[in-house]
Amino acid sequence: MRLTIEGARVIDPASQFDEITDLHIAAGHIQAIGAAPEGFNASQRIDARGLIACPGLVDLNVALREPGHSRKGNIASETRAAAAGGVTTLCCPPDTRPVLDTPAVAELILDRSQAAGNARVLPIGALTKGLEGEQLSELVALRDAGCVAFTQGLTPMAGNRILRRSLEYAATFDLTIILTPQDADLAEGGMAHEGPTASRLGLVGIPESAETVALARDLLLIEQTGVRAHFSGLTSARAMDMLATAQARGLPVTADVAAYQLLLCDEDLVGFSSQLHVMPPLRSAADRRALREAVQSGVVQAIASHHRPHEAEAKRVPFAASEPGISSVEILLPLALTLVADGLLELPAALSRVTSGPASALGLPVGIGQLQLGGAADITLFDPAQACEIGRNWLSRGSNCPFIGQGAPAAVTHTLHGGKLVYQLT
Amino acid sequence: MSLTPHHLQLNQQGQLRHFLTIEGLSRELLTELLDTADSFLEVGERAVKKVPLLRGKTVCNVFFENSTRTRTTFELAAKRLSADVLNLNISTSSTSKGETLYDTLQNLEAMAADMFVVRHGDSGAAHFIAERVCPDVAVINAGDGNHAHPTQAMLDMLTIRRHRGDFENLSVAIVGDILHSRVARSNMLALKTLGCPDIRVIAPRTLLPEGIDQYGVRVFNDLRVGLRDVDVVIMLRLQKERMQSGLLPSESEFYRLYGLTRETLALAKPDALVMHPGPINRGVEIESDVADGPQSVILKQVTYGIAVRMAVMSMAMTGQTTQRQLTQEAN
Amino acid sequence: MSTLPAVDGLLADMAEQLRAHLNARQITDPAFVGIHTGGVWIAEALHAKVAPEAPMGTLDIAFYRDDFEQHGLPQRVRPSELPFTVDDRHIILIDDVLMTGRTIRAALNELFDYGRPASVTLVTLLDVDARQLPIRADILGASLALPAGQRVKLTGPAPLQLTLTAATN
Repeated sequence: MRLTIEGARVIDPASQFDEITDLHIAAGHIQAIGAAPEGFNASQRIDARGLIACPGLVDLNVALREPGHSRKGNIASETRAAAAGGVTTLCCPPDTRPVLDTPAVAELILDRSQAAGNARVLPIGALTKGLEGEQLSELVALRDAGCVAFTQGLTPMAGNRILRRSLEYAATFDLTIILTPQDADLAEGGMAHEGPTASRLGLVGIPESAETVALARDLLLIEQTGVRAHFSGLTSARAMDMLATAQARGLPVTADVAAYQLLLCDEDLVGFSSQLHVMPPLRSAADRRALREAVQSGVVQAIASHHRPHEAEAKRVPFAASEPGISSVEILLPLALTLVADGLLELPAALSRVTSGPASALGLPVGIGQLQLGGAADITLFDPAQACEIGRNWLSRGSNCPFIGQGAPAAVTHTLHGGKLVYQLT
Repeated sequence: MSLTPHHLQLNQQGQLRHFLTIEGLSRELLTELLDTADSFLEVGERAVKKVPLLRGKTVCNVFFENSTRTRTTFELAAKRLSADVLNLNISTSSTSKGETLYDTLQNLEAMAADMFVVRHGDSGAAHFIAERVCPDVAVINAGDGNHAHPTQAMLDMLTIRRHRGDFENLSVAIVGDILHSRVARSNMLALKTLGCPDIRVIAPRTLLPEGIDQYGVRVFNDLRVGLRDVDVVIMLRLQKERMQSGLLPSESEFYRLYGLTRETLALAKPDALVMHPGPINRGVEIESDVADGPQSVILKQVTYGIAVRMAVMSMAMTGQTTQRQLTQEAN
Repeated sequence: MSTLPAVDGLLADMAEQLRAHLNARQITDPAFVGIHTGGVWIAEALHAKVAPEAPMGTLDIAFYRDDFEQHGLPQRVRPSELPFTVDDRHIILIDDVLMTGRTIRAALNELFDYGRPASVTLVTLLDVDARQLPIRADILGASLALPAGQRVKLTGPAPLQLTLTAATN
């Protein structure tokens, strides 16, 4: 199939390309940008005047819930949701059942996502067997099976010794580690940011120090072991400072934040909506400001959805009893674009945080998160002027999203994955 | 994209339809509640301690945490209003067998209950029920996690008002485990709303919640300084498990530093009231002689509690009735 | 529009009737009970005229109304106060305007929750001929036929005056 996308404003943050022009696609690859190659005869054309074309989004944290949690979602449903959000590459965390700690589970996820064909799925392996924090997973075998990085998520390591050794082992084979620092002991029993709001609501608090104590330890061990590390889902202003300082000293650490953390804060918990129960928790308005500034300055390279779909029952309980997480892969782009609306970033820079930024943070294969001649045609088209209501034609199995019913500033109109139209706004 | 919470407790005319928390309620409404409770207090002194106000209504006491005392006063209040009362003690084990809170309450609503009195270990449980499960049934919060215990706060306010007249010139001290106390949270809000100018909280830092200054209170770590010249002392119950979680070294050290004894009470005004939400731990937060002494109004609080709960129930039922009519008229 | 009678004249007449009634029944120790709000004013006036040494109480029948389902609790409820034993007492129950009779029904129910009176004598300033229950005043200031859509209201406590207002429901 030969496809021409006509008249879009084409933005490729990686190459700092930003022009109104045409894109020509054949055999799943970008054949030309600008004039059509000689003899190129498009069998299909998309009139993209007024639309923006950018690389397909790269989302570093999307729970697909398969295998094991089919009531919450599955690979087909959640990758379809991702496509609707303009996401063409996503990383899925290992907290499946069974845990993604063997090549067999990785292969199952890859097979099913290829069969679904909605997006490129890059699994993240469990750092320890069963995520139990005691014994290392077979990291090299998992890498060979397709895992692009390894994480322990929020489940604690048995101790600092095993953490240090796992980082050292990963460094031996130049594997990337993803860390979400939260000291389980300091966070014990907590469900909201420790501060005036949680106090008033009588919710057990998670102090900022739960994050910063763990982050400080992690930074020291990263420096000692020399491992390639990425921090996922940081929440506090203090963590942003520590990260910036580490980067300034030359430590090659990268980070992403959850998109909803840029919009929500602990004050929104008044009313006890279990839709706002997330982990790590929504922090203060000052923390939110610091996260936005860190995204603006580039200390944080990536915005990820931290998509966590749930069945209705998981949220149809009081706040404290509800399962944490927001279904958000479908709205990653509009959430990220609020930084443009608020004047923090120009559009190309904002797009880099959901395309080339995350791709380079994890060292993903060249071509992902950028528009490259001869590269895979993973392209997202969106209408920056078309407001739409969030939740119409919602595709994720989880409708646990506090933004449903609100207006989004922009709408994804087309998503191409490998040159195939995997989503089109109707 | 932002989220704005709405006011769940009031109907379109600003009347109470659920009673979930003191937060957001006006001084006028709290005063109306106290005035109504005063009237019900008189009912409790009659030969027939019962009025026909809620005849034919069904009140369900749904207790997910055991509390015979609180449940009994709600039960008595409902019966004195001539309502039919259904008591359900739902231990967490039976809900974990599969039936969720949501299903349990929906079932009760289907049995045409008119009011739920709910106690639950999770902060926000009453909000959840009022908002998500059955908005048309009056929901009375009988204690949710560490969040709120608004009827206890109002019975404390009634106790203070009946013994001191008003709140304008009072110093009130709340002593003990503020961090885990829904009573303390609701009391601080109620005292502030009713115009009490000097609210003090007295506790070690481990038992104070983050951001306590948002309540407009003065914080004291030293009982002997904080109690000086106060008009009212509200003691809080200290749970034994606080010792295990590293918040306190021992009961005896707590008693030595924060226990209300004849000696420490002497620092307050000579006629200062001694209050406690019960059940009291003699020799842990309060000396027996003080709990039973002439300044103690602890048993009076229990009596007032019934009148306050009658007032809350009849006001919330009124608010729901009015809302129903408003909705019908709008259709 | 009909002219409304002066309250003072009615009170003098009612006091006379009440004295005669008490004599005829040989009631020597009555207790006066006024129904909030207007009934309390009338009760106070009659009490001063007829038996100033007799005990006097007030009833707020809010908790006994039969229209809770329609109107709920009124915003302001005052405590009922009966500072005497009701058992075996001759009660003089006083209200300002006898309309449907429902207020009196509620007041009787409330009275009986205090005890078992020996008798109840109903005294009202006006009867506007709108009764819905078999309740009739023993002692009455005046009967009045109201124009449609109007209702009569007693204002007080001093001076006590009757005024016509538009009915609200």
